Amino acid sequence: MEKFIRLTGIAAPLFRANVDTDAIIPSREMKRVSKEGLGEGMFADWRYSDVANRVENPDFVLNRAPFRQAPILLAGANFGCGSSREHAVWALKDYGVRCVIAPSFGAIFQGNCVRNGILPLVLPEHELATLVDAAGPAPLTVDLDGQTVHSADGRTLSFGIAPADREMLLEGLDAIGVTLKRLPAIKEFEGAYRTRHPWMFA
Amino acid sequence: MAKTLVEKLWSRHCVADLGDGTDLLYIDRVLLHERTGSIALKGLAEQGRAVRHPDRAFVCMDHIVDTRPGRGDETLMPGGEAFIRETRAAANAAGIRIFDIGDNRQGIVHVVSPEQGIALPGLTLVCPDSHTCTQGGLGALAWGIGSSEAAHALATQTLVVRRPRQMRVRFEGDLPPGVGAKDMILHLIAAHGAGGGSGYAIEFAGSAVAALSVEARMTLCNMAVEFAAWTGLCAPDAKTIAWVEGRPFAPKGTAWHQALADWADLVSDEDAVFDKEIVVDCAGIAPTITWGTSPQHALPVTGFVPDPAHAADANAAEAQRRALAYMGLEPGQALAGLPIDGAFIGSCTNSRLSDLRAAAAILKGRHVAPGVRAICVPGSGLVKAAAEAEGLHQIFLDAGFEWRESGCSMCFFAGGESFGKGERVVSSTNRNFENRQGPGTRSHLASPVTVAASAIAGRIADARALAAQPVEG
Repeated sequence: MEKFIRLTGIAAPLFRANVDTDAIIPSREMKRVSKEGLGEGMFADWRYSDVANRVENPDFVLNRAPFRQAPILLAGANFGCGSSREHAVWALKDYGVRCVIAPSFGAIFQGNCVRNGILPLVLPEHELATLVDAAGPAPLTVDLDGQTVHSADGRTLSFGIAPADREMLLEGLDAIGVTLKRLPAIKEFEGAYRTRHPWMFA
Repeated sequence: MAKTLVEKLWSRHCVADLGDGTDLLYIDRVLLHERTGSIALKGLAEQGRAVRHPDRAFVCMDHIVDTRPGRGDETLMPGGEAFIRETRAAANAAGIRIFDIGDNRQGIVHVVSPEQGIALPGLTLVCPDSHTCTQGGLGALAWGIGSSEAAHALATQTLVVRRPRQMRVRFEGDLPPGVGAKDMILHLIAAHGAGGGSGYAIEFAGSAVAALSVEARMTLCNMAVEFAAWTGLCAPDAKTIAWVEGRPFAPKGTAWHQALADWADLVSDEDAVFDKEIVVDCAGIAPTITWGTSPQHALPVTGFVPDPAHAADANAAEAQRRALAYMGLEPGQALAGLPIDGAFIGSCTNSRLSDLRAAAAILKGRHVAPGVRAICVPGSGLVKAAAEAEGLHQIFLDAGFEWRESGCSMCFFAGGESFGKGERVVSSTNRNFENRQGPGTRSHLASPVTVAASAIAGRIADARALAAQPVEG
């Protein structure tokens, strides 16, 4: 998995609350059994005034300079709620988004981000609001190692993250590979578990 | 030390404490469907990794399958059959059982799994589908994950999970006539917001939950995810045990008695501590329906669309304005009486036999209003067969409903079938997001009885005016 250590880039404001994964990648944009090529369908219903012909909606933030191809999204609460579709994260990644900053995230979406090298960064609403003014042409810097966000006007905000998620992103770990190293412990657990709950294996 | 039900289930499955509030949990069952499970299986195969216990994984074809009579692998969704065929091939290669098209057990994964006895009290169960929490209605710890985590669960039979905070929602008192589980959960989300359960595992409890049927508890738990909860569940009781007994994958004989002994402890201890508790007085719950584009935009069916001018803050006002524009509504407008174009009964929320019975009780001897397209999609082939054995299908057909094969169908739009742009649909499903049921389609979420009553009236309608009997959906 691609590592996430430090990122400097334009942050696009998309402050609607409860942005769901159907909005991030509509069902009909998931056309193949693949993680690839989903960026074009990202936010399709908002981004295009004519979805079928991919005619851009000039009012949508990512269609406006300087936010086009912004690698950071500043989002509202409960971002990524709804469907579990990991395609939402694959679409963001394919488009070039590497960090979403929001007051809270849909739980499955948040986990999916971490599994794909995207940092789901939680900041309280009032701190996030202070970044909005800075979310113009001036880029933000997100430092996962130091757990800080630096705005171009010189402010620094600290953020928290689950240590396991932080490590996964910083190291670009293969989660399955990491767990498989614990296979002896899993097998030992399984033996005891089978003894405790024999009906499950009858 | 006193424990909550979730804490008990958690400690039964904890393989290792990974520190910082994160544990490696043992996973008893992995369910997959053709939209997100396909890619999990494909990813594993590409990595050269095996499925550790194929006998504990199950595939249901539900998301993309056609639901029109006489279906095969072909769907109206461009490229849809590739998902079905690739999933079938991958599941066969991995040795995983499939509930496939043509098998009368096929259906929506969250209907099929409980029906088959795959979901059971006390189990951990995951599926790359957000509505996996439905199965918490049986007292399982069941939650939705992404495709990568599904691959992890298949390869290791474990998941790395952060311990959730604990919430109990107690529904107390008697439900008024005409009010059911769907109204309870919409009422809760409207009162506390679509983010109200964020970070929590929620135990639904209280006298009204005890009084619900097992199927209605699944409806309640189904929408825990629309409350942003990590999952929801209900403690198993005598009703659960009676419902589970004898199902194909449920334990039998000696194993059944071992299971009963094992389940006796699956209840929150009396002095267990929850991080948060919400108490809902059921006397105050009305038949509830959504007006906007978030499940929190819900009101009594007798209610009036809100005015953004009175919203709590600027963000809420903007969200309401956006929702009103999408839904084609004006502030202050009455919900009851709004003309509708479509009515849909189905989905993992409300497509079980009890839901169909409740809707049929309203539809019997009546007909859908002219100009309304009404569709019923039973939750599984077995639900469909059971409904047909009771003659329910004839009631739906006589009323002017289409009677479909099982699947997720028009709960969402994958490029196949939808109600049209600007069409107003009363739907027994779980998501009223913009464009969820099709580009520009306006979804109003409600119980199956409200859908049935509205289909007959041709307008959003209060089912209590038609029938004053208790319902469970």
